[in-house]
Formats: sequence, structure tokens, C-alpha cells
Amino acid sequence: MTDVSGEWPLYEVFVRGKRGLNHVHVGSLHAADDEMAIRHARDVYTRRNEGVSIWVVRSSDVTASSPDEKDPLFAPSGDKVYRHPTFYEIPDNVPHM
Amino acid sequence: MTQAPGMDEHAVDEQRLLASFESTIGRHDRIEPRDWMPDAYRRTVIRQVAQHAHSEIIGMQPEGQWIGRAPTLRRKAILLAKVQDEAGHGLYLYSACETLGVSRTELTEMLIEGKQKYSSIFNYPALSYADVGTIGWLVDGAAICNQVPLCRTSYGPYGRSMIRICKEESFHQRQGFELLAMMMRGTDEQRAMVQESVDRFWWPALMMFGPPDDDSPNTAQSMAWGIKRNTNDDLRQRMVDMTVPQADALGVTLPDPDLKWNEERQSYDFGAPDWDEFKAVISGNGPCNTQRIAHRRRAHEDGAWVREAAMAFAASSSVERVETPEETR
Repeated sequence: MTDVSGEWPLYEVFVRGKRGLNHVHVGSLHAADDEMAIRHARDVYTRRNEGVSIWVVRSSDVTASSPDEKDPLFAPSGDKVYRHPTFYEIPDNVPHM
Repeated sequence: MTQAPGMDEHAVDEQRLLASFESTIGRHDRIEPRDWMPDAYRRTVIRQVAQHAHSEIIGMQPEGQWIGRAPTLRRKAILLAKVQDEAGHGLYLYSACETLGVSRTELTEMLIEGKQKYSSIFNYPALSYADVGTIGWLVDGAAICNQVPLCRTSYGPYGRSMIRICKEESFHQRQGFELLAMMMRGTDEQRAMVQESVDRFWWPALMMFGPPDDDSPNTAQSMAWGIKRNTNDDLRQRMVDMTVPQADALGVTLPDPDLKWNEERQSYDFGAPDWDEFKAVISGNGPCNTQRIAHRRRAHEDGAWVREAAMAFAASSSVERVETPEETR
């Protein structure tokens, strides 16, 4: 991706807060390349031991669902209430379920 | 299908989008970057977040000048960490602002060309070392007052930046208070230095909340959209009520003869800041406006070769990577 302004490309930053947790999106930053993005992410997003691992990905490489198609995209799960445990009626005297 | 005469499909579409936007706001849900939003909402959020980001970046200057002159290694390390935080806060906010379709380059240019504003407080100089403490205590104190409700602002990326910033900001206020408390336990000269600093910063700190409500044309719309959560005067009152007992604990006097407890309101009454001074400072005539912008411009221009060199290096190493066969890597 070449930017006419000469601006460094945008990266999305994901941080794993501690072992056992997922990487979570924390924000974005500009960097000239992947390695610099990791260094900048460390300085910008983990100044207080907020993480044990960082992922960076070029924002232009992220494919996202479109908000306009939100309804058709998520509709198929909307009417399948039987996928939730609360759909099933279990007598009160049945323990541990 | 019936359609109101003169209403084309586009207008109907826009009405439907506006209704969905307003119902999201009505549910106190967040607006996210790829959602449709009215142009005026987008412009207002850009203006507010950019102004906030610029304030963090310009805000590094008054305190940054004291890093080399702070009296001990401990105080230098604290100040360095604080100024680094301000840089970080500026970057969180710039990236939140960029999600609205404005580029970092444009934002930087609008700042150095004076097309976007930053907080009036940073146009006052930090003249004595006590100012480092006062800025932490009063200026960051006012910033916290302002920022805590903004964690619930309607624009998602802005709110998330604010949550991160608020977590870090409380160290800023506490280090300032601790610094002043230590000076107050020192010599008469040091106590006088603290009082002189508080005298200079009290009113400018209260001005940080912006003009009084009856002179704040944007507030009503910003509150209706959930961008702002409280009026300027509400926040100013909250700041005064919080600060008076802190000033007592510190042993300093706040320079306002009208400051007194109002039993009925269960709040402090206080005098009005000099709004003419406020207007002069935000329109470019404060003590340090020219110097602050000149410094930022110089840093931007002096850094241009670094930004270009890094891009050139990235371009050349990505060519190498493509040319290196898989098995030798």
C-alpha cells in the first residue's frame, strides 16, 4: 500500500494481557514496517506490563464484515433459540444441570 | 409502493440510516467506525478528539523543559515517565480520530497551521519547579474530572482511549500532589514557591472546562449525541468541590476571595474566571502560543528525514524479502 502523503502505514495492535488470555485489540499506530510496528506497540500500549505478547497486522490486511449487512449476516443465529441451554425445561428437582 | 412526492430513494435511505443512528444513541450504545453517522456528528467528534490529542502532544512541552532540571534522579525518572505517557495519550487519541477518516498527516498539519485548537492551559509557562507539581495536581486533576465521564462517550474508539488514559492519569495527579506536599514540608522559600505557583495556575485550571454554559454553543448538541456527558459548569463545580479539601491538606490558599461552602447547595461557591483572558488565550494571544506551535512545527520538520528514511528502508528490505528464495530464509 503506497500512501501519497508518505505517511507510515497503519497497523492494528493486539495484546495478550497474560498467559491464558486471548490477544485483544487495543488500538492502532503507524510504523514503516512490521518490526517497527512491534517496537512502537511496546512503547505505546505496554508501558506498564500490560502484556506478555503483541500481534501487529496492517490495517489494510483486515477483512471485516460490513455493518450494512449486519442483519442478514447474523440473522441465521437469531432464530435458533434451541442452541441455548435456557431453551430446555428441566424439573427443579434434577440437580447439577 | 407509495412514496412521498419529491422524496428520492436516497433521502429515504438517509432517513432510515438516521433513525438507526439515533436509536443506537438512544440506547446509550456506542457508535463504531464503520457505522453510518451524520456528517455533523463525525465533524464534531473529529474536532473534539483532535483537540484532545493535540493537547496531550503540546502538553509535553511545559513539563518536558523541567526533566533536565528536576532535582533528583527519582524526580527526573517520574517526570520522564509522565511526559512519555502524554505522548502515548496523544497517540491513542490520534488513532481514535483516524478511524473517522482523517489522516495523521492532516491532523498534524491542522495543529501546526492553527486550524485546530488545543487546551488553553498549555499556553501558560512552567516558570518554577513547583509548577511541575501544580500541573500534576491541578491541571491533571481538571483533566481527570473532564475525562472520567468521557469514558462513556458515544463514539466507541474515543471512549476506549479515554478508559486507557484515565487509568494512567491518576499517577500524574498523585506525583504532582506528592511533590507539592514535600515542598510544603521544606523551607519558607519552598512554601512560598508552591503558593505562588498555585496562585498562577488556579484560574487557568478552571478555564480548562471551557466557557460557561450560557456561552457554549456546541454543548447542547454534543450532549444530545452523547459525545459530552456533562456541561462545562457542572464539571467545573465538581473540580472545585474536589480540590478545596486537597488544598487544605496541602496548606495552600486558593486565590479566590469568593470561595466559600454553601450549606444549601452542599457545594462550594466560587468566583468567575477572567473569560476575556480565556478568549485571548484560545484565540492565539496567550503567553506561549507562538512558542508552543513553533516548537511542534520544528520537531515535525526536523523529523521528516527520519520518517522518509524509515519508509525507504522498509521498501528496500521488502524487495529483498521477495527476492530471497524460501529455502534460504
